[in-house]
Amino acid sequence: MAARILFPLAVVLAIVAVALIGGSIPFLQPLFSVALLYVTFAIFIFGFMAKVINWARSPVPFRIPTTAGQEYSLPWIKWSKIENPSTTGGVLMRMFFEVFLFRSLFRNMRTDLRSGWLIHSPTKWLWLLALGFHYSFLIIALRHLRLFVHPIPGFVETLDAVDGMFQIGIPPLYLTDITILLAVSGLLIRRLFLPKVRFISLAADYFPLFLILAIVISGLLMRFVFRVDITAVKALATGIASFHPVVPDGIGAIFFVHLALVCTLIAYFPFSKLMHMGGVFMSPTRNLANISRMIYHENPWRQPPKFHSYEEYEDMYREYMKEAGLPLERE
Amino acid sequence: MAKELTPQEMLRIDLTPPNKDWMDIPTVIKPGIYCYPAKPEKVEIVGMPNPHVWSPLDDDWGLPEDWKETFLEGMRERLNKHRSFKIFMDICVRCGACADKCHFFLGSGDPKNMPVARAELIRSVYRGEFTKAGKILGRLAGGRKITEDVLKEIWYYMFQCTECRRCSLFCPYGIDTAEVTIIGRELINLFGLNINWIQEPVANCYETGNHLGLLPHTFKQNIEFMCMDIEDFVGVTIEPPFNKKGAEILFVTPSGDVFADPGIYTLMGYLLLFEHIGLDYTWSTYASEGGNFGFFTSLDMAQRLNAKIYAEAKRLGVKWILGGECGHMWRVVHQYMNTFNGPPEFLEEPVNPLTGTKFENAKSAKMIHISEFTADLIKHGKLKLNPKRNDHLKVTYHDSCNPSRGMGMFEEPRYIINNVCNNFYEMPENTIREQTFCCGSGAGLNAGENMELRLRGGLPRANAVKYVHERFGVNMLSCVCAIDRAVLPASMEYWVPDVNVCGVSELVGNALIMEGEHDRPTDLRGEEIPGFAKAEGEEEVTEDV
Repeated sequence: MAARILFPLAVVLAIVAVALIGGSIPFLQPLFSVALLYVTFAIFIFGFMAKVINWARSPVPFRIPTTAGQEYSLPWIKWSKIENPSTTGGVLMRMFFEVFLFRSLFRNMRTDLRSGWLIHSPTKWLWLLALGFHYSFLIIALRHLRLFVHPIPGFVETLDAVDGMFQIGIPPLYLTDITILLAVSGLLIRRLFLPKVRFISLAADYFPLFLILAIVISGLLMRFVFRVDITAVKALATGIASFHPVVPDGIGAIFFVHLALVCTLIAYFPFSKLMHMGGVFMSPTRNLANISRMIYHENPWRQPPKFHSYEEYEDMYREYMKEAGLPLERE
Repeated sequence: MAKELTPQEMLRIDLTPPNKDWMDIPTVIKPGIYCYPAKPEKVEIVGMPNPHVWSPLDDDWGLPEDWKETFLEGMRERLNKHRSFKIFMDICVRCGACADKCHFFLGSGDPKNMPVARAELIRSVYRGEFTKAGKILGRLAGGRKITEDVLKEIWYYMFQCTECRRCSLFCPYGIDTAEVTIIGRELINLFGLNINWIQEPVANCYETGNHLGLLPHTFKQNIEFMCMDIEDFVGVTIEPPFNKKGAEILFVTPSGDVFADPGIYTLMGYLLLFEHIGLDYTWSTYASEGGNFGFFTSLDMAQRLNAKIYAEAKRLGVKWILGGECGHMWRVVHQYMNTFNGPPEFLEEPVNPLTGTKFENAKSAKMIHISEFTADLIKHGKLKLNPKRNDHLKVTYHDSCNPSRGMGMFEEPRYIINNVCNNFYEMPENTIREQTFCCGSGAGLNAGENMELRLRGGLPRANAVKYVHERFGVNMLSCVCAIDRAVLPASMEYWVPDVNVCGVSELVGNALIMEGEHDRPTDLRGEEIPGFAKAEGEEEVTEDV
């Protein structure tokens, strides 16, 4: 297998190994929990902000939305207020559908060549896997708030109840445990086995998938196999959240593995493709209204153009123009 | 070369990329795919850097000593000037949604023509030269350094993208390969490495006012020749105004329509329409180009060529500007012109002098599309039309890329066609409107030497035409783009013989009932219309309300 697959896998396994060792040695535990979380969280916050500021420092010289529906034109022509917005409200709706429902991915189709015909057929797999993954991840992240916040907010309790409503096993298996496992595996399988996707995949594409898969697996192991003392974990988490960290005894090493993987993800985030989370909001083909002819859009670095003026043109071709009977500025 | 490949041979396309790292697949520049290099004198005329004689097949491309610094400096400058470019370099997740959306990939199977892969050619340099991970980990972080081979590869593939934006429609973050190609070509042009099929029209347009280099008198004569044809086929005398000061409207269209079949029939359509409604307008020999090959060179060049339109409107003292049928012209007019050279305070908000309709969507840029104008006229019953005169045609409509995904003009042309034709059939829904496929030769790739590339890129569009040709007997492919009119005939001849290409305004011209016309047994092409040999059907006038 190629280095671009093996290398990220090796890095994830190395993190697991190091955390397993570090988490088993009591005096290293503060380092592998409190210090690691503070440092990586700071990296995440500052890194994320720095990236967004860096993007924002480049201007948007031209108004270039990708128009996906009828433009606003004549009053009797029905226009696509969302797919081709000409108002701020329309842009907000377009962004809402893009960010929360992955509108563009929903449009996906596959094209195959069969006996001389290109066949275009809708395919929703990528959309489904992406949506399944992102929402599972979001719900799981929100559920984890119960560890950090006291008392537990109502919506977290509700989320917990809904997510665990099937009451399978003890402790109950969450719905999102299954969906995230399926979705991440599906995305990984796509990358490994679909020739087109495999062709374009880099180590930077496999790494987050391996990492998130490892996070999910370590989390499940912690809940169902190598049980950890949940009250001790909660004490640690609330301590960290209130900036009075204590590391209680008796938290199993698997917890430190889980935490180290999560910390790796947050520290890696601002420097990776995962920044699409911020970037999608700033994408000029999506977040602008299609009103370039209606409202002047200023380019901050515009220079006046050097062009061949009419006077130069007439000087160049005066004789021809005269002969052809074209009006002249100067005879 | 393409000429030797039969369509069956051409169709042996493997859309499965090899099980390899793309960086391990060397790029071989192939005849039939690449275009000839820019002639130095054409580079010189417009004052672009490093004019020189070179060939893509040579090892030595005549790069200046310090080209690497120039390239990287150029890239840094553009990252700082365009948020689009910067974000698109950073956030692609390589999900592959765009992979099979590109006509060049579908027609060739070349995996580097998957939009994501084409963009990765530049993104890899961004990572290797501008990001820490890429500088340290190199290829493991997907980074590579800029080398001559890398530059040649970028050159080869930047001229295998027509900036059609179909991929950007499907991208979950709206990453637009057109932006990458526009900037990629700007970088290439720092070294005088344009293709001549783009550079020569740019130089021509700069000096003579149009891509074809038609001198003022020739421009006028060509249009007058068409008036003579109109006299023959329709029986009305038209004397179009040129460079007329004080006209109400300046009309600008791509020069392709002034020069070559079948664009000239579209132009005859314009002439008839303006005569029909007695429009107070003027042509300009100075601003005689609506298209803008500068847009395929650099945004700076696009701005310089575009500047003439407003300048001429000001000199002539017109109220507003009407634009003809063209694809990329309308991307520039709609999304760039106002920012480039506006706002034109000396013009007035466009109002249709016959209907009083205010074109609110163009109130700042003051330029409207002929289809918007014509649709408004038909809606208000200002045109006398006999759609039967298009009964010999079974028409389908090709949405040109730029008016579709860079503007969103879908209904106006359809409304016009439905009013001037009785037989209109849509192609399959995944190939029209915002999902339309490129003709395969846009963005300055309509040369002759790259015919294989053009036919391959034209396959997805042609395939959809073939479908309606076989199913409904469609024999006319209409469009609102001069490049389409110039290139689709070759594509049709190869993939779907028996289908012709026309502009929407040609269909309008056929259907218009002109005051004082004689018997019109033929259409604007001089071809007999069955059933009209003895001038029948004239009394059945259909007027739409």
